[in-house]
Amino acid sequence: MTTAPPADRTTTVAARATELSKIYGQGETQVVALDRVSVAFRQAEFTAIMGPSGSGKSTLMHCVAGLDTFSSGSVRIGETELGSLKDKQLTRLRRDKIGFIFQAFNLLPTLSALENITLPMDIAGRKPDKEWLDSVIRMVGLADRLSHRPSQLSGGQQQRVAVARALASRPEIIFGDEPTGNLDSRSGAEVLGFLRNSVRELGQTVVMVTHDPVAAAYADRVVFLADGRIVDEVYGPTADSVLDRMKRFDARGRTS
Amino acid sequence: MFRTALRNVSAHKARLLMTVLAVMLGVAFVSGTLVFTNTLSAALQKQSAKGFDHVDVSVTPDWQEAEGDKVGEPRELTRALVDDSARVPGAERAIGVVTGFTALAGKDGKLIGSGFQSQGGNYWGDEDPRYPLTEGRAPRGEGEILIDSETAERAGYRVGDTVRMSVDGPVLEPEITGVFTTDDGNVAAGGSLTLFDTTTAQKLFGKAGTFDEIAVKAKDGVGESALRAQLDEALPADVVQTTTGTRLADDQAEAIASSMSGLKQGLLVFAGIALFVGTFIIANTFTMLVAQRTKELALMRAVGASRRQVTRSVLIEAFVVGAVAAVAGLAAGVGIGVGLRSLMGTLDAPMPDGPLVISPGTVASAFAVGIVVTMLAAWLPGRRAAKIPPVAAMSALHAQATTKSLVLRNTLGALFSAAGVAVVLAATTMSGSDGQAPMGIGAVLLIIGVFILTPLLSRPLIAAAAPVLRVFGVSGKLARQNSLRNPRRTAATASALMIGLTLITGMTVAAGSLQKSIDKMAAESIEADYVVSMANGNALSPDVAKTLQGADGVTATSPMRNAVSRIDGETEYLTGVTGSAINELTEFEMKSGAFQVGGARVAVDDGTAKARGWKTGSVFTVAYEDGEKQRLTVSGVYLANEMISGIMIDTATLAPHESEPSDMMVMVKTADGASDAVKESLEKALGSNPGIRVQDKQDLSNQIAQMFTVVLNMVYGLLAMAVIVAVLGVINTLAMSVFERAQEIGMLRAIGLDRKGIKRMVRLESLVISLFGGVLGIGLGVFFGWAVGELMGTTMATYELVLPWARMGVFLLLAGLVGVLAALWPARRAARLNMLQAIKAE
Repeated sequence: MTTAPPADRTTTVAARATELSKIYGQGETQVVALDRVSVAFRQAEFTAIMGPSGSGKSTLMHCVAGLDTFSSGSVRIGETELGSLKDKQLTRLRRDKIGFIFQAFNLLPTLSALENITLPMDIAGRKPDKEWLDSVIRMVGLADRLSHRPSQLSGGQQQRVAVARALASRPEIIFGDEPTGNLDSRSGAEVLGFLRNSVRELGQTVVMVTHDPVAAAYADRVVFLADGRIVDEVYGPTADSVLDRMKRFDARGRTS
Repeated sequence: MFRTALRNVSAHKARLLMTVLAVMLGVAFVSGTLVFTNTLSAALQKQSAKGFDHVDVSVTPDWQEAEGDKVGEPRELTRALVDDSARVPGAERAIGVVTGFTALAGKDGKLIGSGFQSQGGNYWGDEDPRYPLTEGRAPRGEGEILIDSETAERAGYRVGDTVRMSVDGPVLEPEITGVFTTDDGNVAAGGSLTLFDTTTAQKLFGKAGTFDEIAVKAKDGVGESALRAQLDEALPADVVQTTTGTRLADDQAEAIASSMSGLKQGLLVFAGIALFVGTFIIANTFTMLVAQRTKELALMRAVGASRRQVTRSVLIEAFVVGAVAAVAGLAAGVGIGVGLRSLMGTLDAPMPDGPLVISPGTVASAFAVGIVVTMLAAWLPGRRAAKIPPVAAMSALHAQATTKSLVLRNTLGALFSAAGVAVVLAATTMSGSDGQAPMGIGAVLLIIGVFILTPLLSRPLIAAAAPVLRVFGVSGKLARQNSLRNPRRTAATASALMIGLTLITGMTVAAGSLQKSIDKMAAESIEADYVVSMANGNALSPDVAKTLQGADGVTATSPMRNAVSRIDGETEYLTGVTGSAINELTEFEMKSGAFQVGGARVAVDDGTAKARGWKTGSVFTVAYEDGEKQRLTVSGVYLANEMISGIMIDTATLAPHESEPSDMMVMVKTADGASDAVKESLEKALGSNPGIRVQDKQDLSNQIAQMFTVVLNMVYGLLAMAVIVAVLGVINTLAMSVFERAQEIGMLRAIGLDRKGIKRMVRLESLVISLFGGVLGIGLGVFFGWAVGELMGTTMATYELVLPWARMGVFLLLAGLVGVLAALWPARRAARLNMLQAIKAE
């Protein structure tokens, strides 16, 4: 049921994995987490990566985002090939070109909301773009919570801070690892709404790993992984269509 | 439950290691202090101890009381009395004892030992039971001596060698005819013992035909008191006093104990502080441990463990950890004690020598601290653990550090500190010795108060470092905030360093100020280039003054001659000086009149003048040693100091009345001023006598300062220990923090902080904590140093506070170094953290 990408989309690629493999262990105990995966994430597109547990979806994201090393193949962020980068260059790449949103929020408890948001720029020693920062903060609705510490914020608010942190430095691409996993459905919907808006209105590129069909429905495109391979792709998903596709995994899992 | 607790101990090896290390530190701190102090006091004790094996009853001369215009003097112990003593039925033998200062030169011509331990005595007959000969034979006549075996070994002398030595007069060059062994404490402490035949000893020590003491040994089966009764009967009661050997030993033990009580108290205070800090380190660690295990403990509660069981499991764990750590800590403490001693040895610091002492008390307190304190310290966190609701097991959230209010703690700390400051300030207004006890109490209160207040103080003090930390960008900012995150932990970590530096800075400030005031005193009142005296402070032979007067390049000399007299029916010591030269050699501020000494005119110090009600122009009558009387006139009243005071009279006036002039020192002014060449020529003029010291002003104040140096060296030793403990404590805290913040560190790495940045963050946190402890400690130390100085200033006119900025700078650097060193491993560990695992956690 692969559908073609809409024709009016730009074809500039923000990140691309080619023949990407990740193998743990050796010999008998060898586990193939990613098996020659090729996938491209186009600019200003919101992609969800789905698949059953152990399908390699998180590993794919970690490899593409420069958090983890891979065994073979290539990964490019923009024009940069990751495979040849040293730790220091990778760190710099993550700092300048990539934004992250984690399931466990991962805010620094000692910093205020605003300080958490500007943390990547602080690390880089750059001054944040005031106008852009204001618009990001306005978008996530945190204007009156900026001086609060994470412990004074609800889970949803904390994740909004995390979203703002990812957006604030205008990265080329944002990766989210189950960003709504720890949130109730209303807060989750808010966060997903912000991510979709950032793609639609600001032209941001977002890649998100999730197991929630409702969350995946916010994306422009869903990539399905199973056993370390891309098995399917859906453009313009709905919760139902994603759920149907997921059920087929289960069925196949049971019958095979 | 016991099994669960044991499993817990063994299941988390890294965590266990940390905890054991923390407890071990506490134990090592305490037992190291105890080993060090016990060893030191045993050595000091030994130094002043003397054997009484050969004395059952000691006969000493009675003192002829001064009466009217007649000065007091000791009765004479004659040979006849020795023979009488030997003849009493219960006596096995009686030995006449003569002792005195005897300077022995080493092969380099310099004095062996420090002077105070350079002893001489008589060898009784052909075989003196007190001094068993290992080689050679008894000395006969003036040209022969015996020396003790330790000195022989140290100086490389053998039987048949000729040595240079001196008692108070000319240099003698006798031959060594034998070597003996002795348990004499002075010898053990690095001094020497030289023996002559009895007649020679009596002659050299100026006691012709008399003895200082008769040591009587009882026959088998005769008790000390029985012998004493017989002696009392046989000897003239108005001439001698008798004392039993047991009594002498008891008196001596008491004297030693009282002279050491101050030192011992000081050292015990330090051990107490060590215990206090150790307890906090341990409690701190267990609090962290329980906080980390919240989930695990909650799970146990959820599956049905009772609160008591949870508490007990924590306590059992504490017991096991405590026992293991106590053993390791004791070993480490002994190691620290030994290391300190050898460190002091290599630094050439004057420390008494002696065997290592590990007392049962040390072992007991090691285990008490290790086990009891660990269990006590674990009890509160254990109770807290029991209160963890079972739901916490289900919660995905990390255990938050306890942010229990500090209100109670701050109030308590403020009360202690305020009381401490008040008592210390009150003590500074008291005079001299009255203020000592309050000062000590106030200091302890203040240290405890500041210790309790450290968490509160950490905020403003660390905030003050913010501008510096900002230079390091985000790493600096995060380091500052991390160090403030758990003020209790930061405080407990910094306090080991704080207390060490408080002591050391206080002592350094006080000693430095004292030194300065003594320098000033010497510089202000002494105009002489050199002061010549005996190495042990005894009187010089009058020949010395004569020799110096005639020496090349000498322009003025004057002795400081001690002459006993009676004034208004009271004994008074006059100071005989050369009236014509004294004004070139000393310079005193005059209260009134002029400093004129000559004929019947004398200068009097302000203290004596006040006590006697004299003013310039007052006339008084003095009765000299020989009973002759003279009327003297006060020419002026001068302001005295600790070096020179008294009634100054011309030696020419004094001379006809004196039998044996005793010159305590001779002041010398030379044409060329003080220089090494001049000093050498003076020494040569005196026959390079090993017993005579030629000192310039700096030597003089250094000599006085030496007693502080010993104390200061001991405190520096304790500081070294505080530094070791501080390093390990900081490592422990940082490692725990890194472990707890693994997720944050992973996130920081993910969003772009490189390994260097992470390392820098941990290092700066360590530096901030250490410098915090350092600043607090140095601050407190300066306060104490100032307060002690104020107290001393009341009795010392020239006292002036000197802040040793350079040393304080070194201490602060040391604190910084502690921080950098301690962070090495935790920083590496943090930078190497697996970022993926860290952010995936939970």
